[in-house]
Amino acid sequence: MITAGLALAVFSVITGVAQMFVITLGPGNVDLSLPANIGLASAVAMKVMNGSDQMIAAGLMAALSAGIGIGLANYGLIRLLRIPPIIATLSASFIIQSAGISYGRGLQIKPPPAFAEFTSVQLAGVPLLAIGTAVFTVGVGILLHQTIYGRSVLAIGQNSRAAWFSGIAVERIRCATYVISGALGGISGALLAGYFRGSSLEIGDEYLLASIAVVVIGGTSVSGGKANVPGLWGAALFLVLLLTMLNTFGVSAGIRFLVTGLVIIGVIIAAGGYKPAG
Amino acid sequence: MTSAPGRSAMRMPWAVGRTSRRILRGALPGISLALVMLGIAWLNQRAISYFGLNLMLSLGVPVALATIAQMFVITVNDLDLSIGNFVSFVGCVTATWLRDIPLLGVTVLLAGIALYALMGAVIYLRNVPSIVVTLGMLFVWQGLAILLLPKPGGKAPDWLRGLMTLHTPYVPFPIIAAIIIAVVVHIGLMRTSYGAILRGSGGNPNAIARAGWSLLKTKITMYALAGFFGVLSGLALIGLTTSADANIGKGYTLLSIAGVILGGGEFIGGRVSPIGAVIGALTLTLAGSLLNFMRISPDWQVGAEGAILIIVLAARALINRVEVRAS
Repeated sequence: MITAGLALAVFSVITGVAQMFVITLGPGNVDLSLPANIGLASAVAMKVMNGSDQMIAAGLMAALSAGIGIGLANYGLIRLLRIPPIIATLSASFIIQSAGISYGRGLQIKPPPAFAEFTSVQLAGVPLLAIGTAVFTVGVGILLHQTIYGRSVLAIGQNSRAAWFSGIAVERIRCATYVISGALGGISGALLAGYFRGSSLEIGDEYLLASIAVVVIGGTSVSGGKANVPGLWGAALFLVLLLTMLNTFGVSAGIRFLVTGLVIIGVIIAAGGYKPAG
Repeated sequence: MTSAPGRSAMRMPWAVGRTSRRILRGALPGISLALVMLGIAWLNQRAISYFGLNLMLSLGVPVALATIAQMFVITVNDLDLSIGNFVSFVGCVTATWLRDIPLLGVTVLLAGIALYALMGAVIYLRNVPSIVVTLGMLFVWQGLAILLLPKPGGKAPDWLRGLMTLHTPYVPFPIIAAIIIAVVVHIGLMRTSYGAILRGSGGNPNAIARAGWSLLKTKITMYALAGFFGVLSGLALIGLTTSADANIGKGYTLLSIAGVILGGGEFIGGRVSPIGAVIGALTLTLAGSLLNFMRISPDWQVGAEGAILIIVLAARALINRVEVRAS
């Protein structure tokens, strides 16, 4: 059970990292296109891999490119139309969703055996995917706190004007952040399709709430400028264990939704806003 | 309704004066609706008739009500990601309790509005982002709706069914309903003094607070109004569909946001337009029919909504840019 929990937490962590970078950029920055992105990328990956072990790398690259393209499109909308990121990513998600429906219609390709194996293989009871993601998050922590890019993201989130005056290429950093978010969405789409043995459009649906919840519960400031990478793991495991516990009690889907919603609201209320009211 | 401002739009935007540009921007919703109507008329003339309009626009009524609900939230610079699931929840209550035990049904719906008001208070007092709170509420409403109606079913109360299928003389009922909704909200929000305060609390909260108005009260009022119109939307929807399911209003969150933007609402600064929002909602509803007439696969229905949204925002960005350059 712990193993399954860890594996599920992994996907929340990866999408959470994507959302964390975006949210850290400051108020109003959030990527609502993640679920649609994951859905489309899962279909793209499965179609390119076409069940053959030789095509795994190509499929991953295709999913990654789809994600990067979506990130670029999101940023393009934000920049060209000067609209809040929420609206840009929302409108983009409409179109991505339709593209996914149209592209993935009737798609019932199983992942290549080696890829499916890779997503569920365990080392001493710990899923390989979880180990990989743990290493990945260490890298994310270094990226965020030790590199110019990461420090710039934090600076922009604290005060984008001040960041601009101190010579940070604000727009380039924002663009890179949306591209990173898109790319991570694409990768998690491919991995999810491998883990659940096939792609589906709804495969990413729960990761809109999950990604935001993991970020918020994990202690990243929703008003930007302050990110917490280890918190993502804590929050993801907490949510997965909560759901596992509810499942063990045998509660219905309705109660499960209700409790998840209330927990998230409870945490955000307890954490409160970063800036004083008024 | 749309012909007069529409004509001024025929000229190039950079050739007209400042006031005309404002009119042009205000006319965008009307122009989009007229374009969609023209498209439908061109593809299928019989659709533009009493019966055809009644059929195509009837689902526009709940969408318009949900859009108005979303507009109230957007006025105070927030975004409600839960409205679609709230409409579903209201639908489930309507098709079960409101029909069988009216008193309980009414109480639960009022409690729903009270929860919306509470949500507004929490968002203001704890200074938390509305998207996270409403995202959480999305799951709460969804959970409640599934608990109430695990399988699609229920039945609309007869009075509601009667109201929504009303056959009004000459003008189809959905059009009359849309006009009533637009005018009532327009008068309330745009023409009364407290309406100005409410909009001001989104435009310049500090000024409103310094003038001695309670921002907490305005936030609560706006969220309660959103809840109220969300309830109306759910009622109207069930009156049309006659039965409910827990996901019946799922698409309304996106539709309502798109409708507000299409109707000329801005995201910041309390700049919204109730009439525009209703027109925007009707445009999106008709756009669905237009796509059907164009034989475009339903797969692209949502995508087309997104594309319309982006085109309108692009048009607005263009007008704004010309305006900035001119001044």
